[in-house]
Amino acid sequence: MKPPHKEWRAWLLTDTPASRRQAALGLAYRRWRRFASNPLSVFGLVILTLMIVFAAIGPFLPLHDPLRQVLSDRLLPPGSPSHWFGTDQLGRDILARLVIGSRLTLSIAILVVVLVVPVGLLIGTTAGFCGGFVDTVLMRLTDIALAFPKIVLALAFAAALGPGVINAVIAISITAWPPYARLARAETLRLVQADFIHVARLQGASSMRILLRYIVPLCSSSVIVRATLDMAGIILTVAGLGFLGLGAQPPSPEWGFMVASGRGVLLDAWWVATIPGIAILLVSLAFNLLGDGLRDVFDPRQGS
Amino acid sequence: MAAQLTAFQRLQLVLTRHAGVRRTWLLVRWLLMLAVTFIGLLGVTFFIGRKIPIDPLLAMLGERASVQAYAAARVALGLDKPLIVQFLIYVRDVLHGDLGMSLLTSNPVIDDIKRVFPATLELATLSTFIGIVIGVPLGVAAAVRHNRWTDHVARFIGLAGSSLPVFWLALMGLLLFYAKLHWVSGPGRIDPLYDGLVDTRTGSLLVDSILAGEWDVFKNALSHIVLPAAILAFYSIAYLSRMTRSFMLEQLSQEYIVTARAMGLSERRVIWRHAFGNIAVPLLTVIALAYSYLLEGSVLTEIVFAWPGIGSYLTGALLNADMNAVLGSTLVIGATFITLNLLTDALYRVFDPRAR
Repeated sequence: MKPPHKEWRAWLLTDTPASRRQAALGLAYRRWRRFASNPLSVFGLVILTLMIVFAAIGPFLPLHDPLRQVLSDRLLPPGSPSHWFGTDQLGRDILARLVIGSRLTLSIAILVVVLVVPVGLLIGTTAGFCGGFVDTVLMRLTDIALAFPKIVLALAFAAALGPGVINAVIAISITAWPPYARLARAETLRLVQADFIHVARLQGASSMRILLRYIVPLCSSSVIVRATLDMAGIILTVAGLGFLGLGAQPPSPEWGFMVASGRGVLLDAWWVATIPGIAILLVSLAFNLLGDGLRDVFDPRQGS
Repeated sequence: MAAQLTAFQRLQLVLTRHAGVRRTWLLVRWLLMLAVTFIGLLGVTFFIGRKIPIDPLLAMLGERASVQAYAAARVALGLDKPLIVQFLIYVRDVLHGDLGMSLLTSNPVIDDIKRVFPATLELATLSTFIGIVIGVPLGVAAAVRHNRWTDHVARFIGLAGSSLPVFWLALMGLLLFYAKLHWVSGPGRIDPLYDGLVDTRTGSLLVDSILAGEWDVFKNALSHIVLPAAILAFYSIAYLSRMTRSFMLEQLSQEYIVTARAMGLSERRVIWRHAFGNIAVPLLTVIALAYSYLLEGSVLTEIVFAWPGIGSYLTGALLNADMNAVLGSTLVIGATFITLNLLTDALYRVFDPRAR
């Protein structure tokens, strides 16, 4: 009698799955093993998980009030008792501001992806599926949008809409959809020739059904990989907008803005600008590592 | 078969069948694409300019303007005309180089941009140069020593380049190399002492001071530009080495490389003549892209270094709601970006026979 975990493994890795669920679970397990074989990707996943957990439970942690100013505790260096990461020039606890600020950064980045991915998928799959004139028009539009300078346009939009979180999301989203459209189109072109699509069509499935039930789900893995890698760039853009004062408005603890506010005291109190920057670096690094790992799992061709 | 083709497909077939017709059609299509993209950019800036929550008239006249004055200004600025007419007027003005007046400097925006853009170009050009000189050989070395330590270093730099916030790296560079180590000069393009000593000929202080033979000015300007250029070059190195590496890896796995080695060619010849020769064209397009990214990336860097380029100008205008200056800078950066982007596309098609 084999130990139970070995039995589970054999069940998962079998070449002859007895049910759809077994096959799906087996595939997931195989992918996970591939993913877990790369320590860097796992490192990225761990950092992100920790970050999301802390962001979720942040308000319930025994932290200082991120907005409360204690002027007698100004510019305490990191390592001070009860202020592990020090305080800023208004005596606010940097650790508390980082934790609360992570909610802002993560939710902006997630919001952008949630807005952008469906639009890109819709345009790309429609173009690839319909072909001909529709394809030409939609892809020319995408090419035009791709040729625009992203950061500068996001800045101009943010300036026109006025500073603020929602406007930053809109500004970034407007410039972020074209790569998804291209990706989805390429995947669709590959898929529409497949036999199972012809079979579905012969069985009387409508174009709409083929598009939504067959093609879109099959595009999603490469789109998810792309979105994960994109998250790093989005977070850097969010922080850049915040740095310029065009993102979340003070006193809310947006990381980019925290770096900007540390500029004035950089020489006397390096930590005020340095620590939030490290936080930005860590999150975007984690998304990059996770994205690389996912790409190796879902699309080994593109990996190195 | 031909009967099943739609009119659109038949047109495509005619345009792609004969080589001569085809080449002309590609050129026409490219020019059309350029024109349409420019119109798209103009449309976006026009839209931003007209649809902003700030009423441009109230901003100009103040809140206590009379109804008559408001109506008169509306007519004077053409805001009573239909939107499409307004857009055409806007396009005409831009084509004549009229980008409006800056509220902040009270100069025509186009004059301001002519003054500041060379500083940005100088920074971006120097950075791209450093990026090519270091990034390309690094990428080749990483591909040749695949999965050894050179490769790991290159991959680490590539990863850092897509994870480090540029404004933060710039601040850290300033803190370390200027404030602590005193290796470089601080923010700005040149010390006030040397400012205005050389005539502007090319717009690049480095080149102008060499042309004038003013070596002190050159040294001072160099000590100012070296840090921002190095920071921007880091991103260029990251991007170029990553792309070079993946291009080279693809080539080195091809069979003609095995053949070349089997024929007894030296490793150097195999790598540089055969493999590298084949990636030269895609690499050229990637370099042009890297340059256009740097133009964009310089916006945030310029602020940290108080570099008097278009990035500083743009952000100064942003924060003061000087929309003419914002849109003018966006247009100029956008136009440069688009031209580079589409030019690389064309280059690729002309030089790479496989893409034809």
